[in-house]
Amino acid sequence: MNESYTVSVYSENNIGLLNRISAIFLKRHINIESLTVSECEIENVSRFVIVADMDEDQVRKIVGQIEKQIEVIKAYYHTDEETIYQETALFKIKSSLLFDERQIQNIIKQSNANIVTVAREFFVIEKTGRRHETDALYDELAPFGIMQFVRSGRIAVSKTEMNISALLKEFQNA
Amino acid sequence: METLKERLVETATTAKMKVSGAEAVIRCLLEEGADLIYGYPGGAIMPVYDELYKFRDKLHHVLTRHEQGAAHAAQGYARATGKVGVAIATSGPGATNLITGIADAQIDSTPMVCITGQVARHLLGTDAFQETDIIGISTPVTKWSYQVTRASEIPTALAKAFYIARSGRPGPVLIDITKNAQFEEFDFSYKKCTAIRSYKPKPEINPARIEEAAALINSAKKPFIIFGQGIILGKAETELKALIEKSGIPSASTVLGLSALPTEHPLHTGMVGMHGNYAPNLLTNECDVLIALGMRFDDRVTGDLSTYAKQARVVHFEIDPAEIDKNVKTDVAVLGDVRETLEHLLPLINDNKHEAWHREFKDKQAIEYDKVIKNDLFPEKEKLTMGEVIEKINKRTGGDAIVVSDVGQHQMIACRYAKFNRTKSNITSGGLGTMGYALPAAIGAKMGAPKREVVAIIGDGGYQMTIQELGTIFQTRVPVKIVVLNNDFLGMVRQWQQLFFDKRYASTELINPDFITIAKGYHIPARRVTKREELDEAVNEMIASEEAYFLEVCVEKEDNVFPMVPSGASVSDCRLE
Ligand SMILES: Cc1ncc(C[n+]2csc(CCOP(=O)(O)OP(=O)(O)O)c2C)c(N)n1
Repeated sequence: MNESYTVSVYSENNIGLLNRISAIFLKRHINIESLTVSECEIENVSRFVIVADMDEDQVRKIVGQIEKQIEVIKAYYHTDEETIYQETALFKIKSSLLFDERQIQNIIKQSNANIVTVAREFFVIEKTGRRHETDALYDELAPFGIMQFVRSGRIAVSKTEMNISALLKEFQNA
Repeated sequence: METLKERLVETATTAKMKVSGAEAVIRCLLEEGADLIYGYPGGAIMPVYDELYKFRDKLHHVLTRHEQGAAHAAQGYARATGKVGVAIATSGPGATNLITGIADAQIDSTPMVCITGQVARHLLGTDAFQETDIIGISTPVTKWSYQVTRASEIPTALAKAFYIARSGRPGPVLIDITKNAQFEEFDFSYKKCTAIRSYKPKPEINPARIEEAAALINSAKKPFIIFGQGIILGKAETELKALIEKSGIPSASTVLGLSALPTEHPLHTGMVGMHGNYAPNLLTNECDVLIALGMRFDDRVTGDLSTYAKQARVVHFEIDPAEIDKNVKTDVAVLGDVRETLEHLLPLINDNKHEAWHREFKDKQAIEYDKVIKNDLFPEKEKLTMGEVIEKINKRTGGDAIVVSDVGQHQMIACRYAKFNRTKSNITSGGLGTMGYALPAAIGAKMGAPKREVVAIIGDGGYQMTIQELGTIFQTRVPVKIVVLNNDFLGMVRQWQQLFFDKRYASTELINPDFITIAKGYHIPARRVTKREELDEAVNEMIASEEAYFLEVCVEKEDNVFPMVPSGASVSDCRLE
């Protein structure tokens, strides 16, 4: 049974590793839904957060293959229920609407979105939340016209404590 | 020359000195104990070749006739010696020509370091002349790869490359070096790599797992061992033999595990897999405990997974955690270096004989002998068989030769019938099944183990894929023995066409050139055999030859290799005809 898994990978920050990791998904014909890479709390250690649909057997094997990569420190997988996760969406909207359509201000307030910037021609709203929340905001704003829309990859933390903190500490001292 | 010698003495102490990146490459190779490397020059690697000229009395470079040949030769060298093979090539087409050999080394866990030249750093990404993204291309088929753009990175990159290639589950590593880095001068010093913080080559041994494994093995009524190349790579031949003898467990080999245990050992029941032996294939589905040692349940071994060893509890000894439960679900996974885990296991194992269980192997072996082996080795029909050629070679070499086989029917026949007394004696392309592998791999094997007889067994198809390496043999005078088993067909494909495609022989018939004339063109003594009466003498002449020798044996055109587990079938459906 396929479900959405969040694979998190801690690795050395080396050129080429993204290729290696994405190739592991490619080889097994698993489509990456979203991918976020950034430096983590330790210098030169990167954290990948990859979301993909597959079954548990597949994700277990994928994580095994990822951990095999020389520069990978540790990889984990979690179901949606096991994680707290968020995505950020940005909406660019014509400035005139902010003043002409009172409804828009209500939508922004009710959805707990923030106005990031207001310029002469447009303003930008930021909404952080789960996919269905950013989707809902999109649906509400769409009738007024959205000039641009972009959504980030997922960031996630596990609900249970993970031994990665200790591992990374060890790693930092190595 | 004097000054050069002095400088070489300095290398050993790894004292700092100003050298070019190209010279650093050579010094790193020497530090890692490389004495033989295979390659082909070109623009982007010329500075390194220039240094090779300077160091030619220290580091022997073999010019192959194609980069694929260089990669396979390095593999053959590695497989015969257990050391890291080294291949070197220029950028672009030189680098891409290495890829088949790299992919082969990756799937067969062969330790190899490949060095490729690259366009200068400022040209990277501009589609410059002979620029290829070789890191991108090689990523899925290397254990590790790295692009060096500054000379100062060379020592650490190469030290890491050798460490990664040879440690843990071995594999190929590629280091791509831009041309500017080869020219730049820097303060050279060398430190061998012994650890990488994110890389644990051997998983930690868990004694509890070993105890569980021992309990399961001791309680088994019908235990069965399948061993793979992990035994050879982990140098665990002695431990394997001790385990088998103490426990009395019948054992079979995978293709790549062959020669880890002497073929004639009474507990060696043969080879498993698609063209493996009848008894071990069938009895895999009757054993109660299946003990997998340094093997990875390749699909050519298991056939249909849904019917594979379902009745058995499975114990898997393995160095690579990603292999556990990948294909076959295990009951006990013993992670670690197989030599170390077997060492721990041995004292916990009870003495046993399993005589009745053994007889089941013997009975099935008798059936296979009657239906297949007898006709292969001692045929009564007129035409020569591949099996009888291997049998003659066994007789003449006493099982002491290294047999390098290519890919096809002759490969399966060589693996089925060659006798091995010593480890590292069966060199073949197992995982990738690369035609064209054997001729260059035999060159590397012979150079790595010059005291051993090296016989390459090749089909008429695969021979022509790297036939140009006869030039390397001629130039280096490496005394390899080459046997082409000529059936005028791409035999293995023809066999499948016969069995599964209604005998529609689409593009599998070969009109071959005069192989004898070609060998003679390379000044290699050659002989063709078409009749049984000539075979004995021809094999004797070949083995007696002190130089390279080419023997063509014209065999039955439409023989098939049996037993056979058709692809996707259960190992219980092992067909004898
Ligand atoms: C590079 C490559 N191309 C194609 C194949 C597919 N293939 C496997 S066996 C075989 C036939 C080999 O014929 P030959 O070398 O004459 O050996 P024989 O089977 O007749 O002993 C072919 C084409 C392969 N293994 N490798």
